[in-house]
Parts: sequence; structure tokens; C-alpha cells
Amino acid sequence: MDMESHQMLDARGLNCPLPILRTRKALNAMRSGDTLKVVATDPGALKDMVAFCSQTGNALLSSHQVSGDFEFLIRKA
Amino acid sequence: MSIAQLHSTENRPDAMPADLASLEVWFDRRLNEKLAEREAAKIPSLAVIATKGTMDMAYPPFILASTAAALGWNASIFFTFYGLELLKKELDLKVSPLGNPAMPMKMPFGPRWLQQLNMPVPTLAAALPGFQGLATAMMTQTVKSKGVASIGELRALCLDAGVRMVACQMTVDLFSYKKDEFIAEIEDWIGATSYLAEAKTADVCLFV
Repeated sequence: MDMESHQMLDARGLNCPLPILRTRKALNAMRSGDTLKVVATDPGALKDMVAFCSQTGNALLSSHQVSGDFEFLIRKA
Repeated sequence: MSIAQLHSTENRPDAMPADLASLEVWFDRRLNEKLAEREAAKIPSLAVIATKGTMDMAYPPFILASTAAALGWNASIFFTFYGLELLKKELDLKVSPLGNPAMPMKMPFGPRWLQQLNMPVPTLAAALPGFQGLATAMMTQTVKSKGVASIGELRALCLDAGVRMVACQMTVDLFSYKKDEFIAEIEDWIGATSYLAEAKTADVCLFV
């Protein structure tokens, strides 16, 4: 039975390093295999999220810009 | 009986080969595998030495340490000299363009064109009574409106994330501080020798 859950984190309006710190906190409360969608407005998050995921072993499934926001989909390792 | 004879290679491609040439190839491969294993298992570490007690210079240590902790690293900060101000229970950090000529003076509110306008302050004006308070209030407001965390928030995030905070014993004696002026989360009061021993093995060591 697929028990995956999809969480959502609104990091809009926050600046470096808060989007990453909030992402870490959200992932800590999740189970392995669960996915987290992060929405941010900090343009620095585009590269930082890639670095964060590669450093922590979590999978960055997608990363794209939707109007003024940046959306990331992360699967917890 | 040699080791090679003990570990026959016949049915095990991973086992140690008997002849010298194959042995060298086998050893190089195993060494690389072992080194990669060790690298993968290693937890990176950050050691920051924080020596400044102004609002602007309080950001780098807390931003870097909280981010390192978020990456799963071991992070520690050694607070020395004016850096001890960052550990006071009541944070009262100031910032001034005086002696800080690169600091932009920008309005934290108003129309966009006004916010983008840099208003250079003559050094003499920056030395006037009350100017430091004004500059600090402007910076505090700018930080808030741009979604940047306050120093108090960042410090709390660092503590939550397990950043180890140690403070310089000599500075307390030098400036006649009382230890109860500082937050209880300080793990230890140490000297240069103890922190260098810790920083020696850090992957990233920074002086701020």
C-alpha cells in the first residue's frame, strides 16, 4: 500500500538562508520517500536548493519558475 | 603457507590474487573503494571564529553555521573579543557607516526608486550623536522588509540545529563581563589552544 505523503512548504518572502533552514526542518519531520513541495521567492534558492539536495542526498525531482515564484519538489532520502 | 594460498582466488573474483602484478591492480582497486567508503561516511565540519560585535558582522557566523547544520554538518562557533556581544542574553547590536565606508545607506521604505537610492553620508555627519541609532533602525527595518532573519532568530535557529557555541574565557576577564549576562546555551568557556585543537580537524574554518 502506497503511504507516501506530499507536504507543502511556503517559503515565499524569506531570504537566505531561511528557505533552506525551513526545508531542512520540514524534511526532518517527514518519512523517507515522502515528497516536499517548496515555494520560494528568493532567487538564491534556485542554486542553493540544488546544492542542499546534493549535499544531503535528498532527490531534487524538479525545480522551476512559476510566474514570480520558484517551485521545488524534493523526495526525502 | 602464504596469505595468497589461504585465500584461494578460484571462485572469488574479489579475493586477493596470488601473483604480484594482479595483486597490485587488486590493491589499487580496493584502496580506492575503501577511500570512497571513508569519504562517504565522513560528516563534514565547520569551525567559525566570530570576533565582531556589530549587527552587520553578526550575520556571517550565524548564517554559515545554521546552514552547515542544515546540511548535516557538525558546526561550531568560537566567540572571542567583540564577538561575545552575539552571545548576550539581551542582544543590542548596532551598525554604523562610521569606519564602515562600504555600508549602503538606503531607505527601508517608500517608493522603489527611493529605496534603491544610495545616500552617501559624510564621515563627520555619521559621527553625530544619534546617527548610529538611526543607521541601526534603518538596517533593522530593511532586514525585516527583505525577509532576512533577525540575529536573534538566526541564533535561536543555530541552537535548535545543534550548533556548538563556545566562548573565549580571556575576553570575559579582559572586559570584566559577568557570565550571567550571556545565554545559558554556551557549551564551554575555552581558550585559543582548545579551539585550535577543535578547528584543526574542521573541513571549513573561517575567521569573521
